[in-house]
Amino acid sequence: MHLIEWATSPWGQEVPIHIAWSLLWVSAIAGVGFLIVHAIYVKFMAKPAAHSAVVSSVDTARIPEKIQRHSFGARFFHAVMALSMLALLFTAFLPKVGVQFAWVEWHWIAGIVLTISVVYHIIHASFWLDFWSIWPDQQDRVDARNRIKLALGQSAQEPKKFAKYPLENKLYHLIVMLAGLSAIGTGVFMMKRVRTPFFTRNPYLFSDMTWGWMYVLHGLAGVGFVALVTVHIYFAIRPEKLFITKSMIFGSISRENYLEHHDPQRWVVAAEGASSGRPESKKAPA
Amino acid sequence: MAVIRDVIPAFELFQPTSVDDALALQARHGVKAWVLAGGLDSFDWFKDRIKRPEVVIDLSQVRELRGIRADANGLEIGAMTTLTEVVRHPVVREKYGILPDAAEAAASPQIRNQGTIGGNVSQDARCWYYRGGWPCYRAGGNICYADTPTGLNREHAILDANRCVAVNPSDTAPALIALDAKFVVRGPKGERVVNAEDYFVGPAIDITRMTILKPGDLLTSIRIPSTWAGSQFYFEKARDRKVWDFALVNVAAAVAMSGSSIERIRLVVNGVAAHPVRLTAVEAAVQGKPRNEETAKMAGELAIQGAEPLQYNGYKVPLMRNLVMRAIRGAAA
Repeated sequence: MHLIEWATSPWGQEVPIHIAWSLLWVSAIAGVGFLIVHAIYVKFMAKPAAHSAVVSSVDTARIPEKIQRHSFGARFFHAVMALSMLALLFTAFLPKVGVQFAWVEWHWIAGIVLTISVVYHIIHASFWLDFWSIWPDQQDRVDARNRIKLALGQSAQEPKKFAKYPLENKLYHLIVMLAGLSAIGTGVFMMKRVRTPFFTRNPYLFSDMTWGWMYVLHGLAGVGFVALVTVHIYFAIRPEKLFITKSMIFGSISRENYLEHHDPQRWVVAAEGASSGRPESKKAPA
Repeated sequence: MAVIRDVIPAFELFQPTSVDDALALQARHGVKAWVLAGGLDSFDWFKDRIKRPEVVIDLSQVRELRGIRADANGLEIGAMTTLTEVVRHPVVREKYGILPDAAEAAASPQIRNQGTIGGNVSQDARCWYYRGGWPCYRAGGNICYADTPTGLNREHAILDANRCVAVNPSDTAPALIALDAKFVVRGPKGERVVNAEDYFVGPAIDITRMTILKPGDLLTSIRIPSTWAGSQFYFEKARDRKVWDFALVNVAAAVAMSGSSIERIRLVVNGVAAHPVRLTAVEAAVQGKPRNEETAKMAGELAIQGAEPLQYNGYKVPLMRNLVMRAIRGAAA
């Protein structure tokens, strides 16, 4: 099986033209395979989570009943981003599996919506939210090591509860960011090849080789998103994660969920009648 | 055009004698199979070594695909009927005169003796970048060489271009659409009958195909209803050479008159897009109007709305407008 389709350019140069479309099925199977393996692991093998964080009853009493996890702006971004991403995936890959329709225009329109939403998200997260809360930190690395050791039956310190975002969320965000920026970066240039109201067409903007790799990168990011979105939807509907999904719709989580899953030392929320003290998550995070 | 390089690469040849056998062979060999009708399109591909099928299914021995059957409901023309047979058939000439006009405008007498009506409507695009084996969109690549600042696109599309700007080269296709023909397609899921205009696919839908035929499908016949039999027809083909050339633009019209007014009309142009274009807006606009200069002018202007010429094919816009005007004027053109 080959990963990339090659062609001979008019100048006799071997150039990549796009990924092999069989990778779509590889990605889809990988996504479904992951969720099957994960579901079996959680059902039959996973040990109950053990955490070291302790919260005093006095602190607990001061935590509000509803804790905002996502602002309206963040939720709106997520909805727009999700819809445009689904539109992009459907318009890109339905024709590849035999559902023929005029997809190009819908695809680049969805791409523009995604691009605008991501630009908004970057600005919003950089200046209005706690930018660093979504990036893995030293504590995440230490806890991840300990969790793996404990899962393998070795002795290790009990990991702390999570900050606002579990490490899995942070890693997922990192991968989606890389794939998303690859798709957007290449997609914006690819719009120079189709008729849109925004650009004058110029297929000679880059060499055939550069264009080819651009199409390959765009395709890899695209098929990658098939697996990423599959896994994301799977986690969104898992029972133990539903409180996070609901918070992406309604904005908040309950005090019980907060105390069960999060370390108040790492995700500090404003106590009822007082302002928050510790600065790790000093602003309302996304 | 591509240089003819050498002898045809080797392939396994099958010559079935029935449609069922042909379909079975197609099902067995899938995408490796190439269906050969008259060979006028296919042999270009083979000689240029651009297409190298492992299996060729030659339909020339399938008798049920040949011939013209006429009854009160209209005509049924086998897909392997040659263009010459279509041109010479008395009922076709008498009642559906636009079809022999269009078929006779295709290529040369020798080619019409060999070329089939099924092949004529199903032939591939003639863009020289594509036929030359360049990795363009239609060939599965990521560029249209004709739609570049330096691309040679004098013969290319002015309507409905979507990445690829190749045009449909068929002369009989617009005539068949004007006659409201139905195309009978048999495939793995059985038989289906589609309107002639739905048989053709633009690049927005599928950039690698000109028709709805997929591997395993076979166009078996073309049915022409009697709806337009004996109507007023108009066919005209503008081309660089009067003999043996593809259309720059062609136009086909079937018109039913009520007194001096146009009661019903079907108007189709080809050579302007990757599929024949039925001008439904023009049809609606001229309905009920007299067939005169004023109506023709209005129709011509309406027909070219939305045309987007490329670097070298701007002439096609007035050409299409004038051909539509002449079609509306009719015999008095």
